[in-house]
Amino acid sequence: MELTVWTYEGPPHVGAMRVATAMHDVHYVLHAPQGDTYADLLFTMIERLKKRPPVTYTTFQARDLGGDTAVLFKDAAQDAYARFKPQAMLVGASCTAELIQDDPGGLAEAIGLDIPVVPLELPSYQKKENWGASETFYQMVRGLAGAHAPAPGTERPPRPADRPARVNLLGPTALGFRHRDDVVEIKRLLGEMGIEVAVTAPLDAHARDIARLGEADFNIVLYPEIGLTAAKWLERTFAQPYVQTVPIGVGATKDFVREVAALAGIDPEPVLAANESRLPWYSASVDSNYLTAKRVFIFGDGTHALAAARVARDEMGFDVVGLGTYSRERAKDVRAMAKELGLEALITDDYLAVEKAIEDSAPELILGTQMERHIAKRHGIGCAVISAPVHVQDFPARYSPQMGFEGANVLFDTFVHPLVMGLEEHLLGMFREDFEFNDDAMPSHLATAGEGEIRVQPQPSAPNGAAATNGSAVEPAADATGEAGTHWDDSALQELKKIPFFVRGKVRRNTEKFAADNGVATITVETLYDAKAHFGR
Amino acid sequence: MSDGSTPMAPAPGCTEDRPVLKERGQREVFCGLTGIVWLHRKIQDAFFLVVGSRTCAHLLQSAAGVMIFAEPRFATAIIGERDLAGMADANEELDRCVRQLLERRPDIKLLFLVGSCPSEVIKLDLSRAAERLNVEYSPKVRVLNYSGSGIETTFTQGEDACLTAMVPTLPDAAPGAAPSLLVVGTLADVVEDQITRIADKAGLGPIRFFPPRNSQDLPPVGPNTRFIMAQPFLTDTAKALTDRGAVQVNAPFPLGVEGTTLWLKAAAEALDLPGSHVDVATAANRDRANRALDRYRPELEGKRIFFFPDSQLEIPLARFLNREMGMELVEVGTPYLNRTIHGPDLALLPADAMLSEGQHVEKQLDRCVAARPDITVCGLGLANPLEAQGLTTKWSIELVFTPIQGFEQAGDLAELFARPLNRKTRLVA
Ligand code: SF4
Repeated sequence: MELTVWTYEGPPHVGAMRVATAMHDVHYVLHAPQGDTYADLLFTMIERLKKRPPVTYTTFQARDLGGDTAVLFKDAAQDAYARFKPQAMLVGASCTAELIQDDPGGLAEAIGLDIPVVPLELPSYQKKENWGASETFYQMVRGLAGAHAPAPGTERPPRPADRPARVNLLGPTALGFRHRDDVVEIKRLLGEMGIEVAVTAPLDAHARDIARLGEADFNIVLYPEIGLTAAKWLERTFAQPYVQTVPIGVGATKDFVREVAALAGIDPEPVLAANESRLPWYSASVDSNYLTAKRVFIFGDGTHALAAARVARDEMGFDVVGLGTYSRERAKDVRAMAKELGLEALITDDYLAVEKAIEDSAPELILGTQMERHIAKRHGIGCAVISAPVHVQDFPARYSPQMGFEGANVLFDTFVHPLVMGLEEHLLGMFREDFEFNDDAMPSHLATAGEGEIRVQPQPSAPNGAAATNGSAVEPAADATGEAGTHWDDSALQELKKIPFFVRGKVRRNTEKFAADNGVATITVETLYDAKAHFGR
Repeated sequence: MSDGSTPMAPAPGCTEDRPVLKERGQREVFCGLTGIVWLHRKIQDAFFLVVGSRTCAHLLQSAAGVMIFAEPRFATAIIGERDLAGMADANEELDRCVRQLLERRPDIKLLFLVGSCPSEVIKLDLSRAAERLNVEYSPKVRVLNYSGSGIETTFTQGEDACLTAMVPTLPDAAPGAAPSLLVVGTLADVVEDQITRIADKAGLGPIRFFPPRNSQDLPPVGPNTRFIMAQPFLTDTAKALTDRGAVQVNAPFPLGVEGTTLWLKAAAEALDLPGSHVDVATAANRDRANRALDRYRPELEGKRIFFFPDSQLEIPLARFLNREMGMELVEVGTPYLNRTIHGPDLALLPADAMLSEGQHVEKQLDRCVAARPDITVCGLGLANPLEAQGLTTKWSIELVFTPIQGFEQAGDLAELFARPLNRKTRLVA
């Protein structure tokens, strides 16, 4: 048993729903109690889809358990087939039905439908949403494309010289973080390269499209969490190579273009020359000087966390002070990246552990999920959302991809927005004793950051650990007791208060560390400035 | 239409013979765990620990919507493969989770272990767990248990199960105590305060509320307790209170001017006070509330409304909208129909109102789309798809999370239905 406050991922059958809902003519019959129908609202409310997810729930009740829940399942499957006329059906169980072991796959087979039926075994007590999406997509690809597989060992015939290269885009789903816009951006980029997209799946695919995945020359895995398992199977079965570089950020997009061009046998340079992101210039322009060495904490799914780390370090000039993911499947890659950054990766799905890590690393900017946005708000730290789990705000009306050259422009704006604008920060530093620049005067562009939520005032002592981490603890506004038994005298505390709130946490932490390292028991104004001199700004 | 000051005679063919369409099929309703979302805000020193799966945790998080609380007073002990395979003793694991929780949250005085479908199916005995934990943590923390599982409870029934579990912990009222009034069912604090003021004025006080805002402030109960329900989904709670000797007062629910008036009068009569006390004490409130309703009546009058089953509030809401706002009832769906509790409201519905109980969501959607009502009350999963088909909807969950009871909220309640209709008239593109 695992004590959980918030969860980053839903159960695996929600991943299966993301695949089914992304497609046009696939129906999912889910053996599940009525409460599990809540999952529909993720799609209709958060993503604002106009149609209900194509899911039939058996909604068995306690009184059915003694009787025949299997019959209930068969009836539901038959009714769904008659009513929705799908071209393929997914069948499976949610956590509760897994325990009663009705075997949805066997039951569906016994009905003898004249469409492909893909049974899903998604172990709810071990696995989570992204794994469920990946497994569902893989099983569907095997089930529908498998029939067209050549004999094992068959060589792939070379592409006719007069036909452009053809690729599949694998991985985008319903409820994905900016999947909708990423697909548009990548298709545009591939179009410029003269490459045809045969099938994008699961997003907007029909069952018949899955059946012909093997026809393309190679695959592009946009979201490895979801598409990689299927891509590997397609490689084994159809000898289709795949591209795994995720084109988020300028550098990664350039790598992606080169990799795709190599597989397609074309020259990448014209496309690279014609497409310039504004990010490099914006980052180089003098206004961006204030971005130098900003301390940034990154947490998200594996794909987006890795991409953000590269962009933050190489393209924004930030200091990455924390990197982590809730995707255990990507732990290895994230660990490697963290090592490169001189960090220990945080691999966890425990929200409280993430909050603790954020407090300990005292970042000035968090690139995270909606969960970290709430942590950031409580601590008065800027935050940009870069990854699922998604919120209604992550489906903006405007075009807002993460991938490709336009995606890089979006990233620049996204990362910079929560930070105090360059000039504004200098002014705050200069006039910090002016009454208008006190703690309650937020940067003007953040003044309405609430989206209808309760506005949480920044908490001056937050980075100091326990305070404000949970609603129960008493929460001293300016606690004179610091780490390792150091103590602040009154004048030092007064001086600390004059420092703008968004750097105060760092100053406090540095000063206490300095005091502890130098055996200073009582921190005075002198200690504060000694520490400042020691650490620099 | 009634101005609410003179109760209408319960006329058109009350409960017994009224036809009800009973359906079975896919139910598109939350499970009882959802009640935690409002119960944890109400009882401010209670913590709700769901013993369930990742699905349960995800449901709670999705239903709670915006997560503005650092650490909410609910969590899930997620059952894992090890617990199921018997590699770990589920009871020991649960004890460990509780220990971990109480160490983090020393402010918690009342802990609910909340059962789910998985915990019920594997027969994890939470009542024994609660006993065991009580021995360990009493008197600092009291541990209770109930089930909010989707195989046993829908949406608002979770509150019923929670309150039923609390009833045995209520202190005994002093023998020979004067008859007193207990209001049962979660209300917003602001609504409770309004009711208290009216009760004092009309001589109904002192009045108590259950659940209380603080678990240390439990209302006493005994043969002299007259309890009246503020929410229509508390069947088992009513039975448990009756078993403690308390006397149930049945009335229409306090929605709208008429409902609130009849509800207060029933309370007065239960205390052997004349209903005219209420008339006098509430004249100004009723007048103000009627003025508030007048504002929205032109927007609602004659409009046709369709209710999908959700909170069990459907019947009292239909009564209010029909009688006070002049709306036509196309279909009134309810997950469960308790004829005792809903009787007084049912009696005020038009004889030909179509009622349905249970759900076959596909058939019901067919009926709804065919009838093309002016407004449809439904869950979050159905609202946007219906809007996309050109229908106007009102999310039913808002009716549970928003203060709608009592005179001062009558106008707000009407406005909740008027707003989506108003919005449609504004948008041209
Ligand atoms: S229906 Fe059952 S399994 Fe689903 S969320 Fe509710 S209690 Fe958990």
